[in-house]
Amino acid sequence: MEIDRPLPNPMTPEAKPFWDGLREEKLMLPKCQACGHVFWYPRVACPKCHTRGIGWIQASGRGTLHAFEVGYQAFNKAFKVEPPYVLAMIELAEGPRMLSNLINVEADPRTLKCDMPVEVVFSKLTDEVTLPLFQPAGR
Amino acid sequence: MANLRDLSNVACIVGVDESDEMGTLPHKSQLSLHVEAVTNAVRDAGLKISDIDGIFTAGQHSPATIGEALGVMPRYVDGTTVGGCSFIIMVGHAVAALHHGLCDVAVISHGESGRSQVGVSPRRDTAIPGQFEAPFGFGPAPTMFGLITTRHMHRYGTTLEQWAQVAVSTRQWAALNPKALRREPITVADVLKARPVVWPFTVLNICLVTDAGGAVVLTRADRAKDCAKKPVYVRGLGEGAEHVSLTQMKDLTFSEATRISGEKAFRMAGVGPGDFQHIMLYDAFTSGPPIMLESLGLAKRGEGVRFFDEGRSTPGGSLPINTNGGGLSYTHTGMYGIFPIIEAARQLRGECGPRQVPNLRTSLVNGMGGMLSAAGTLVLSNER
Repeated sequence: MEIDRPLPNPMTPEAKPFWDGLREEKLMLPKCQACGHVFWYPRVACPKCHTRGIGWIQASGRGTLHAFEVGYQAFNKAFKVEPPYVLAMIELAEGPRMLSNLINVEADPRTLKCDMPVEVVFSKLTDEVTLPLFQPAGR
Repeated sequence: MANLRDLSNVACIVGVDESDEMGTLPHKSQLSLHVEAVTNAVRDAGLKISDIDGIFTAGQHSPATIGEALGVMPRYVDGTTVGGCSFIIMVGHAVAALHHGLCDVAVISHGESGRSQVGVSPRRDTAIPGQFEAPFGFGPAPTMFGLITTRHMHRYGTTLEQWAQVAVSTRQWAALNPKALRREPITVADVLKARPVVWPFTVLNICLVTDAGGAVVLTRADRAKDCAKKPVYVRGLGEGAEHVSLTQMKDLTFSEATRISGEKAFRMAGVGPGDFQHIMLYDAFTSGPPIMLESLGLAKRGEGVRFFDEGRSTPGGSLPINTNGGGLSYTHTGMYGIFPIIEAARQLRGECGPRQVPNLRTSLVNGMGGMLSAAGTLVLSNER
């Protein structure tokens, strides 16, 4: 299958457990071992209590569509997904928000609603890279 | 014990101007836009280039490059780069440096070949956007600011028609500014039916992309009296930064950076949200100014759009906003922040002809960096 989007570049050492997890269809999130704060994106100190020592948990894959846009054109030459498509900010059940796409849904702003429940879909691009995309829950 | 009020009114804006030309300038490099703007602004102040001893700039050029191009060896440099509001923040940095004698004549310079990309090379950390944004199609600012906008619509019921009114109001001002790029009148219907780019934005909800430069010259209040034009006092200043990645913003509908910045500037100036007769807000998108008004405490949350859809912001309205025609219709190079300062200074001097705001004493300038990520605020006045 032709890769229809830019691959993540660089893939940073701090995010290795995230990318490793996705290859096994697990959505992994960093969690502070001191205060328990689950956060996004991966970094070496907790953004809440500022201590070092970060572990990882497997997220449920459930969340809500916190905010969205409908792209009517590509904003990056390497992004070849056919417009219109949904650019999404997902609020995960565990708390953090991440950017992704909402798929398996009509890209129509009249029917998309903020806070609608969504669930993760794993999209394998290469042997190295699987991306977490999202679709309406219970589809 | 440090007291914020000590910095109020100690320095003045004494010179402002743009580059010789603005718009689409494939025949000019970014550095030329800087040099044109600085030489014009210094002339406006009645000073000489050799008077400059403090250089402030943001973006791709270091202040050392600007000094070299001008033929000046500065004894104070500042290259703070936190997005388009950096130039607004630098007015504050310049005031502090002037107050302490670290320099005597400060110039804040902007030059950007945003449209033609002459002499441009992107240089930024790609770890977060390259890894967690680009694979999903996110990239330029419209793909981010739309998220802020749809969340605001969801939470407060703001409508596309209300955002469009911001573009209409701003265009009415542009019609009165000969330097504005887009001056033909538009209606709410025109904005709604313009080319869709990324919902909720049509192309008329998004700022222009131009080539231009701008510069602002400051000196201490005692010396300002000897300059060519009426001094514009920096009565209050503030800055703040909340996030860079939009996923890290606490509440997409409210800018904490703007709140922090505004509170500091208002406290220093000894003013409240109701004390302004003129407002300049960084308008990269139609939804930006209303959310800034809310974050600054000038409007209740969710009600910033009312300044625009009730006609207060337009020519002849009770609270003129973005009287140069804004980033939406006058010019927007990429880092727009120098231009609202230039317009506020011209308004406070009474130089604006058909778009002059009458009986103006106090003007508010507020800008954002990134996606409401950082902020800079100025309270400017033509009286001490």
